[in-house]
Amino acid sequence: MKKKLAKGNTLQASIRRWGLLFLGPVVAAFVIGFVWPFVQGIYLSFCQFKLVSDATFIGFNNYIKAFQDVTFTHAFWYTALFAITSLIIINVLAFAVAYALTQSIKGSNLFRTVFFMPNLIGGIVLGYIWSMIFDGILGRMNTSILLESRYGFWGLIILMCWQQIGYMMIIYIAGLQAVPEDMIEAARIDGATKVQTLFRVTIPNVMPSITICMFLSLTNGFKLFDQNLALTAGQPFIIQPDGSTIKTTEMLALNIYNTFYTANSSSQGVAQAKAVIFFILVAGLGLAQLGYTRKKEVQQ
Amino acid sequence: MTNQADVDTWQDYCLDLKDAAITKELNTDAYELFAADGKLASIGYCYECYGIIVNPDLLETAGYSVDEIKGFDTLKQVAEDIHARAGELGFDAFTSSDMDSSSNWRFTGHLVNAAYFYESRDDGGWPVCPPSIKGTYMDNYKALYDLCINNSTVAPTELANGGHDAQNEFKSGKAVFYVNGSWEYEAIKDSVPNATMIPYYCGVAGEEKAGLNCGTGSYWSINAKASEADQQATMDFMVWCVTDPEASRMLVDTFGVMPYTQSAESTNGFLAAADRYTTDGCYNMEWVTNYQPNVDEYRAGVVSAMNQYNADQSDANWELVRTAYVEGWAIQYQAVNG
Amino acid sequence: MKKSSLTAERRRKTILSVVLGVICVIYVLPVLTVVLNSFKLNTFVKTDTFALPAGEMWAGFSNFIKGMTFGNYPFWKSVLYSIVITLLSTALILFCTSMAAWYITRVNSKFCKTLYYLCVFSMVVPFQMVMFTLSKTADSLKLNTPWTIPIVYLGFGAGLAIFMFAGFVKSIPLEIEEAAAIDGCGPVRTFFSVVLPMLKPTMISVGILEIMWVWNDYLLPVLVLDINEYRTIPIHIQYLKGSYGTVDLGATMALILLSIIPVIAFYLSCQKHIIKGVAAGAVKG
Repeated sequence: MKKKLAKGNTLQASIRRWGLLFLGPVVAAFVIGFVWPFVQGIYLSFCQFKLVSDATFIGFNNYIKAFQDVTFTHAFWYTALFAITSLIIINVLAFAVAYALTQSIKGSNLFRTVFFMPNLIGGIVLGYIWSMIFDGILGRMNTSILLESRYGFWGLIILMCWQQIGYMMIIYIAGLQAVPEDMIEAARIDGATKVQTLFRVTIPNVMPSITICMFLSLTNGFKLFDQNLALTAGQPFIIQPDGSTIKTTEMLALNIYNTFYTANSSSQGVAQAKAVIFFILVAGLGLAQLGYTRKKEVQQ
Repeated sequence: MTNQADVDTWQDYCLDLKDAAITKELNTDAYELFAADGKLASIGYCYECYGIIVNPDLLETAGYSVDEIKGFDTLKQVAEDIHARAGELGFDAFTSSDMDSSSNWRFTGHLVNAAYFYESRDDGGWPVCPPSIKGTYMDNYKALYDLCINNSTVAPTELANGGHDAQNEFKSGKAVFYVNGSWEYEAIKDSVPNATMIPYYCGVAGEEKAGLNCGTGSYWSINAKASEADQQATMDFMVWCVTDPEASRMLVDTFGVMPYTQSAESTNGFLAAADRYTTDGCYNMEWVTNYQPNVDEYRAGVVSAMNQYNADQSDANWELVRTAYVEGWAIQYQAVNG
Repeated sequence: MKKSSLTAERRRKTILSVVLGVICVIYVLPVLTVVLNSFKLNTFVKTDTFALPAGEMWAGFSNFIKGMTFGNYPFWKSVLYSIVITLLSTALILFCTSMAAWYITRVNSKFCKTLYYLCVFSMVVPFQMVMFTLSKTADSLKLNTPWTIPIVYLGFGAGLAIFMFAGFVKSIPLEIEEAAAIDGCGPVRTFFSVVLPMLKPTMISVGILEIMWVWNDYLLPVLVLDINEYRTIPIHIQYLKGSYGTVDLGATMALILLSIIPVIAFYLSCQKHIIKGVAAGAVKG
């Protein structure tokens, strides 16, 4: 044991000398592409600035403004509602499909291939494909997805289902295949019905997959941007009597983008504050998932 | 440079062009932009016009002529009559008025200039972007807009998502009127060689003297911080562009028309129409629309309101459109200027 | 009794197959609609979205020809830039992060641990958090061309790749490398001739994840690249809709079809790896 450790150490020491070669490129790029923008982003969220080079510190003012911004709170609740609705629908359907596909039926490979395919198409392209389809349907009813926010909401849900069900399905299939065959057999011998077996044996055994999928669809819902931009871009708006607008189908990520790039340059501090709030929200979800998976791995 | 805002941003870098060689070549002072300290910062090198494009041949088929249309009342009468007889005539009054981003600027940017222009004229002209507007002529805008969408090839309820092809409708003779600008001439001239352009008649007193909406979004400036030799070279090049017959021919064919005394004649039928109105002593409807504050956000709000109005033309919905234009102006001005 | 339950079971499975088959058909309908409309004349895309492009609607390949220059930007250029950016970024990420992950796992110093946890942390940071400052930084460092933007991708995408590689390296027994060291291999040779070949399965997983990400990414390139000069396919398609002038829906659909054909071909040719890779990325976070 001790000897091995020593050997490991000599190996370590010889590798160490090549640190610059092995780590240099990644560290440099990581600083440029993540660390520095992140730190600067936190700093700027406390500043008023037009040019990044001359920012003045103003404490929590940007955060106060962000929370007072009705478009931001609207986007938050809209996003939360969307994320939770899509979470439920996507997971129920994905699980059902995965369950059906693991029943050794004919053509299950073909089905799996087809269901997973939309996942590979990018968000912007997806948005325009569905925008054409919804327009073709709603146009017949003399309306449009841009006219009513509930069309925009359910349109985006349908789009996300189409894109994500296949993805979640793959994770569920892996989970379902790992359920020990003899447990299901034992339940059957004990006289349990199919439904009982599903709820008492199968589902408890795929709980890890269910948790992962729920976290994934929740964070996906919160981070959604491309599809939102391409499908409705926030339309329709509520025109308030004072002339300001609330974009009814604008989600958090798009709201932050709009605050940065379409409002005036003096609102960039507020936009950065919104981005930090958004980061805390999404990172909180992500870390909770990571912690959960880690715990599971330890237990196994 | 594209507008006053650019000049405001870059004024420290703009050489004063007062009495410069190139300025002496200008045939009008309509396209000059000044910096805050009064120096002539930028001058236009071409201009464009917009209004209502007309197919005179179709108009004749319907029993009217372009000269008859001298105001909103006649325009309305002609348009409504053509729309009523569309089945029999085989064409309609107006082309489609899509509200998607490829087309809505014809109404949220151009057509509305009628309302802005008359309001600014009442105020004695707006030298800079006003912090708020009154919307005095919004009803006139509504009248003209209603005429466009209700006497058209496409029902107003179908406009929100776009997907119609107004230019093609005009080219293939499906409609007489087409709201657009001089840049369309190249695309249209082969299909509708007689196409001409009439002003935005919207029922304002004295509008029989109205001309087209002429203006420019294309200005030249010289970098004051460049070396003197470079400045001189730029100046020489600019003068050559507007005086050399061959160079100016090429540029005019590209840009449409150039406001310089020695530059080549325009071959653009719409700019020629603009010129005729000017010669007849009509007033130019300046591009006041260019003052729209925080323009993308402002128009996005307007489009949303207009979509609702197109779906259901109620007074309440028009009030939304009015609010988006008028109160929205103040909100967006505030957003930009803090 | 047993026989009848078996037939019932078989019938149940047939019904299930049929139901799933129907859902499958519904699933491909959107793509099919794109195919139909890409051969349809513009004016009919809106009015007859779901009709076959027959008779007067038939546009032949004119939409594809028009699409090539549609939107004031040549389509082939955006395809080229998309390919360049995707390939360069993926290659760079695979090469650099596999080296770094090996080093981090083997050396395990304080600095390495910090770097590792920073990488894990970066995986949960949404792009919006850094998009403004990142695009300014990239701009000032001239990383705004297709040839240099891979560095930005390496920086922002390093987290997941290092996490996945490190997870695999941990499972490689140290003895193999020690044996190589005894045979006189220096660390560089050990890595390239011993470790790297073993990393192949993870390479494929990470590579597929990065390809899917970079190819479909819209926001990062639109903020970082000079879009008058360089457009990727998603940027090009987004700008078709926003451009002044008439939108030709037929041509737009033709371009959308052209942009998803390579993706679907890629998917069908290495489906197994893609599903495995994507699932691996999901489970890790």
